[in-house]
Amino acid sequence: MSRTTRDLRKKSPIRKAPFVVITAFLLLWLIGVATGEPGRVLEQAVQVCLSCIGIG
Amino acid sequence: MEAVRKWVQVIMGFLMNSSWSFPFTRTIYQGPLKVLCAPGLNCYSCPAATTYCPLGSLQQLLGGLRFALENGQYYFGFSVLGSIGVLGGLFGRMICGWACPFGFLQELLHKIPSRKFGVPRILSQGKFVFLLVFVIILPLALVDASGLGSPWFCKFICPAGTLEAGLPLLWLQPNLRNTIGLLFFNKFAILLLFLGWAVFASRPFCRTVCPLGAFYALFSRVRLLKLRLDESRCTNCKACHHVCPMGVKFNESPDDPECITCLACMNKACKFDAISLEIGGIPLAVPDRGLSPVSKP
Repeated sequence: MSRTTRDLRKKSPIRKAPFVVITAFLLLWLIGVATGEPGRVLEQAVQVCLSCIGIG
Repeated sequence: MEAVRKWVQVIMGFLMNSSWSFPFTRTIYQGPLKVLCAPGLNCYSCPAATTYCPLGSLQQLLGGLRFALENGQYYFGFSVLGSIGVLGGLFGRMICGWACPFGFLQELLHKIPSRKFGVPRILSQGKFVFLLVFVIILPLALVDASGLGSPWFCKFICPAGTLEAGLPLLWLQPNLRNTIGLLFFNKFAILLLFLGWAVFASRPFCRTVCPLGAFYALFSRVRLLKLRLDESRCTNCKACHHVCPMGVKFNESPDDPECITCLACMNKACKFDAISLEIGGIPLAVPDRGLSPVSKP
């Protein structure tokens, strides 16, 4: 590791905000999974969405 | 590094579209992988798509919310929001620069030799309007007699859907050709507009309309992986302004919502090692050319 990188790492505080945000959205995802949402998403995604292709 | 990014874009494009049996099945992939969220804009009605489009799914869930609640199902779109929220918290708009097939296509089109133009900065606010109005409000608010809303962005605007799903399915399923009308031609015109515009301006769709880019832009300050400016080294030479494909003036706005972390400013422009990539505040790599911090002019 170069000296510059090492020095910067020493004086760089870890940002906590990304971990808070990721944890919050991970919890949101888990709530969605718990309500059975992925099954509904899959149901929709395996059908041709006529609206999406500009027909429906 | 630019070559690495191009390869990542190609590989991500293939991972999101890795079902190549459609010339024989003449329809879309219907396997279990479609429970996975595509990080970039990739229509799930594309015959090769093996993931779901977060924007399409979110609109479908919000459009069906009233109907679902009446039937005791609590489909608020949390799993979709959670998926793209985690991706946003990790990478933000780096996904636009590294993992979006439609962004990659625009980059390729921009390589066609022609006179190049910028995109007025004010237009970049448009994508937030599309996210709020077309992806959230209209599917929720305008419902038919049975309580179902439409995926407004997909239905009336999304050029990725027209290109990746509409045109291939019209080729694969000739019976669909009799059903196309004004709606399809409107979307086809939008597709042509953005493909043509991409030749003359860098990533016009990403910068002005893409609601997924708008969502990821919300994470510009808090994402884990991002570029950092070392102000003690910056000489305000503005070299980073000239290489940015998104029109970001990096040294003036290091957390700019438009930054797709393509690393052009770090690798191609800055001669003073003032730009580095960091993960959660810790620098991943700092170009070390034995330079000491320089004083500002």
